[in-house]
Amino acid sequence: MNGAERTAAVVALEAAATRRRWTVLFLRVLVGVAFLGLWQHASGRWIDKLLISSPQAVGMRLWQWTVDGTLWANLSVTMEATVLGFLIGCAAGFVLGLAFGRYRMLAEVFDPYITAIYSIPKIALAPLFIIWFGIGIESKVAVSAAIVFFVIFLNTYSGVREVDPLFVHATRIMGGGELSVLRHVIIPSATSWVITGLKVSVPYALVGTVVGEFMSSNLGIGYLIATATGLFNTASVYAGIVVLALVGAAINAVLNVVERRALRWRGG
Amino acid sequence: MSISIQGAGKSYVGRGREVVALSPIDLEIATGDFVAFVGPSGCGKSTLMNMIAGILPATAGRIVHNGRSVTGINRDVGYMTQRDSVLPWRTVEQNIALPLLLRNVPAAERRARVAAMLEAVGLTGFAQSYPNELSGGMRKRVALGQLLAYEPDTLLMDEPFGALDAQLKLLMQERLLRIWQERCQTVVFVTHDLAEAVTLATRVVVFSGRPGRIKTVEAINLPPDRDVFRVRFLPAFEAAYARLWDALAPEIRAGEAA
Repeated sequence: MNGAERTAAVVALEAAATRRRWTVLFLRVLVGVAFLGLWQHASGRWIDKLLISSPQAVGMRLWQWTVDGTLWANLSVTMEATVLGFLIGCAAGFVLGLAFGRYRMLAEVFDPYITAIYSIPKIALAPLFIIWFGIGIESKVAVSAAIVFFVIFLNTYSGVREVDPLFVHATRIMGGGELSVLRHVIIPSATSWVITGLKVSVPYALVGTVVGEFMSSNLGIGYLIATATGLFNTASVYAGIVVLALVGAAINAVLNVVERRALRWRGG
Repeated sequence: MSISIQGAGKSYVGRGREVVALSPIDLEIATGDFVAFVGPSGCGKSTLMNMIAGILPATAGRIVHNGRSVTGINRDVGYMTQRDSVLPWRTVEQNIALPLLLRNVPAAERRARVAAMLEAVGLTGFAQSYPNELSGGMRKRVALGQLLAYEPDTLLMDEPFGALDAQLKLLMQERLLRIWQERCQTVVFVTHDLAEAVTLATRVVVFSGRPGRIKTVEAINLPPDRDVFRVRFLPAFEAAYARLWDALAPEIRAGEAA
């Protein structure tokens, strides 16, 4: 890279790599277009429009929602619940994971209870949360937080247990107290586990919110999908699903950036 | 007296049985001494190092360092282990600065000392690199820089150069000797390599196999400003090496047979 000559072989290799990237991109777009085309063609001809709607109808519905403000009014509610649930679940899971990882006694005493609660499908708690917190945003936040909590908690706990005692001893000999060890050794060392947990839990946070909205609500993407289902309005159902897919992908992209920055030291 | 080992021993209880790792030993290490521990695997020399560092408590006797009984983590020592203890998530510069940060050295002085240390271990161009981007020898130099940055008066080194190739090892030995001469620190150095022990130390302690005991202590009569590349051709080196080997060889054979 530095100072090396750009010989013909280097140029040829780079050209081949660029060609390959463009080929992949082209084929990706082709697959997408083919899928939409096939869907459009099948709709109403091979399969009842009521079942699969059509890309055109879904696109029109999304456009209409965007123009009349429906999209933003509902999306903002869903996003708010997801992000809040995610943050609360992460914070609680991280702190408890650290505590359990550092204090073995605590972990041993609570282990059977944690396992028991963990094995409950958290979605089953949604009705309970609706009783506790009402049909507003709070109950959705609670469902999201409950799901995210366990993922982050378990990942943080494992991360802390995996810390090499060599690093802990070295840091203490160099003059570090319990807090310094936590800050300079335990937390950075557990970061890769925690980030894996974050990435896994993003879709879960969205699931928690949407399920909460399905059950009872008066706003949100989940609410849009549920009411559209009641009216057999297939285009709206698909439009809602497309929005959720885009939201999930966007949050994942953000987390990928966070991961690359936080784990820069790992690259060689 | 820098380190005074007074009947210190270590035994473990495991599977309902007590296993003696290190029989109670006595050893006095003077300030400015460079003492090397050699012995077969499992003779308790690393255990003794961990006890001096305060990582492991002694189950018998006691260790006194700088007039204080070692009862917990010993912050008056610098400890360099065979495995890399530099933190992979900190850059070279941040690693060397860590002990200064932990000891509340003001930022300006910290920067100056880190820069001086980078220079001393020859890593000036790599201040911003992460350990994963460095070779094994360079990581060792980071560890050495970190160790020396806070100027502990006693250095504990447990096979610090064990994983390096022969040439690199000589270079690191030379660097260490120079630093030791400049600073008059006390060094305790564990090694498998008898030649390394004789090359560096003022005294070599031979341990016998399980349970570990001190077999002999040999003073090395070589000039302190010795040349690590040529010292092995001096008659005094050969004589010391031969005597130490005679003490060490049966222990290693016994370890093989067991």
